[in-house]
Amino acid sequence: MNEIQKLKFYQKGTLTVGNRLVDEAQRNVQASLSRSNSLTCGHRACQGCGEALGARYAIDAAMRASGNNLIAVNATGCLEVFTTPYPETSWQMPWMHSLFGNAAAVATGVAAAMRVTNRAGTRVVAQGGDGGTTDIGFGCLSGMFERNDDVLYICYDNEGYMNTGVQRSSATPPAARTATTPVLGDEPGNVFGTGKFVPKIAVAHDIPYVATASVADLHDLEMKVTKAMGFRGARYIQINVPCPLGWGAASHDTIRLARLAIETGLFPIFEAENGRFTHVRKIRQRKSVAEYLKLQRRFAHLFKGGKEDPRVARIQAIADRHIADFGLLETPAGAA
Amino acid sequence: MLEQLEGSKAMAKVIGLCRPQVVCAYPITPQTHIVEGLGELVRTGDVQNCEFINVESEFAALSVAIGASAAGARAYTATASQGLLFMAEAVYNAAGLGLPIVMTLGNRAIGAPINIWNDHSDAMALREAGWFQLFAENNQEAADLHIIAFRLAEELSVPTMVCVDGFILTHAMERIDIPEQAQVDTYLPPYEPVQVLDPEDPISIGAMVGPDAFTEVRYLQFYKQQTAFRLIEKLAHDFKKQFGRAAGGLLRTYSMDEAETVVVAMGSVNGTIKDVIDEMRADGILIGLVCLITFRPFPTRALQEALSHAKDVIVIDKALDAGMGGPLASNIAIALRNLAQTPNMHSVVAGLGGRPVTKAALHRVFRQAVIQPWDGPHFLDLNERVIAREIHRKGKARRSGPSAENVLKLLERERAEKIAAAEGTGR
Repeated sequence: MNEIQKLKFYQKGTLTVGNRLVDEAQRNVQASLSRSNSLTCGHRACQGCGEALGARYAIDAAMRASGNNLIAVNATGCLEVFTTPYPETSWQMPWMHSLFGNAAAVATGVAAAMRVTNRAGTRVVAQGGDGGTTDIGFGCLSGMFERNDDVLYICYDNEGYMNTGVQRSSATPPAARTATTPVLGDEPGNVFGTGKFVPKIAVAHDIPYVATASVADLHDLEMKVTKAMGFRGARYIQINVPCPLGWGAASHDTIRLARLAIETGLFPIFEAENGRFTHVRKIRQRKSVAEYLKLQRRFAHLFKGGKEDPRVARIQAIADRHIADFGLLETPAGAA
Repeated sequence: MLEQLEGSKAMAKVIGLCRPQVVCAYPITPQTHIVEGLGELVRTGDVQNCEFINVESEFAALSVAIGASAAGARAYTATASQGLLFMAEAVYNAAGLGLPIVMTLGNRAIGAPINIWNDHSDAMALREAGWFQLFAENNQEAADLHIIAFRLAEELSVPTMVCVDGFILTHAMERIDIPEQAQVDTYLPPYEPVQVLDPEDPISIGAMVGPDAFTEVRYLQFYKQQTAFRLIEKLAHDFKKQFGRAAGGLLRTYSMDEAETVVVAMGSVNGTIKDVIDEMRADGILIGLVCLITFRPFPTRALQEALSHAKDVIVIDKALDAGMGGPLASNIAIALRNLAQTPNMHSVVAGLGGRPVTKAALHRVFRQAVIQPWDGPHFLDLNERVIAREIHRKGKARRSGPSAENVLKLLERERAEKIAAAEGTGR
């Protein structure tokens, strides 16, 4: 699949490219009757679940890219629990869950088995939430990267342990209220200056392909998954997937929040190949972080009594730094 | 072919003959030379069609094996001690998923205090994980048990641990008969998984199971272990037919004619015990040995048969459950509790952290069991002076410091006192 067709027209209000506006060949996988529907309906995700949406698009795109010759390995987490309550399964593809922290290693084993049993055409994707990826599964993930094992690892980043009751992970943003970073004390919510952005760490492994993506831009998401499947070796995609439950947001705001995460600069969308950044998705209409934060109850304490907490400015500074570091604006001198 | 080989290298050769397809290696201290040997055999092409993967942890080693096995490949790894504990979660997972992985456990102690020498603490720590656990008496059996282990694991889809005493066997040179490839191929057919990740026939593996079915899934694990007894005996029988020597089975007996006292032990210590028994028999003492090979599943019936006529049973444990005593002794006590005449049970904890189990000490304790039995576990060759001094010191001050370091200091002082005393008498 080529880069998405450059268009000046976007769907009203969304800034995304609708299927009707692009060439037929570039319409998304979900729009096709031939989509594999690997993660089928009837699963038990919450209404407005960003992860379910992201996984459906990502896996169907990977299925198409592999000629429906794909095996998925899943870390423990929301995606695993809501898709496979015994004796039901939503996966219309070979799928395996082992443990919380070992999805990358299990996928390495599956890929090795494909090579030794003359099924090298069968591709392997591993997937997990941010907890299973950036925290407990990080050792196995880094090992898989370092060995350049032939696995595409997809992290659905909803910025916390949502399946277990919304606890902090190393992907939780500062000031966010979680069950383990309550709104109490001198520094309510998650602590500033903590956490890690694993896509940059993935780039530091010099693996063939790293990208970030968002459920707010599903064309881009599918394009990146498809592109990733074109490489052999270790690949990593982190997809920003808002969680209505954990973020305290309306189910109908999932896409809006994902879009605001991009447009504020809080979640930079980029690609890197072999350790070098190759592409950045520019911000189209820059938004202030306050607009993004106000839609989420996990940040409600920052706007208590109609006053804006000074920490909103600190979050804005983080967004500004992303914008500067990644070059997210068309004209770097653009107004903030 | 007979060769003079280090135990680890012999095992590597025989595992290679079992045609493993994915081998995962992590050199946690303590490791053995098994995976190194296999890595070499893969590089030289002696083992073909095999992926040798250097992973970043023991947890990853078994996780890679889990993925490989679920995708239809014959998977193998080796570990020991801390390594087994680090992968503990995956050990249970492999069993729960019914993946026939074979793993060598070069039995070692577990810290703290850190110690790299032999005992059975590691195997005992995960005895309830749902794996088969087979214990080798010598390096020939250690090598042979792997051939049996792959067949056993794959026939029942239960992962299997071959437990081999660290250092005592893994690092010892012995004369070992390495079988021919054709012999192994006849005995061990290619892996036919009962479940496999395959895009042609997609299934989900590893679903969330709630209270409605968890008991049934667990029962099936228990059922498989219970049905394994006959298969394990059959595989030992087949092995003898194919290779012309005995290996495997549930247990082996030695010198059991009219034995009134029977020793039960696992692993390499049986060699020393046999020598002691021969000497005691020469003194007219009616003593015999049950060498337990299969620890999981625990062969209750076979043990009852072997021990039903014994007056005294002495169980040697190379591990300690600090809140209970010897784990093997506890298991044997349960196995024998319904016998018409329950023998007197004597538990001995020996060889912890690599302490040599000497013939002299065994002579003492075997004789003492009958004439002067003790309560609870007896710690073979325990330095009681040092223990008394340390307990006394601990009672004197709250901040008494770490016991391990104190014991080492006390031993050093004892040595110095001994030298001083010797010099004093010399003058």
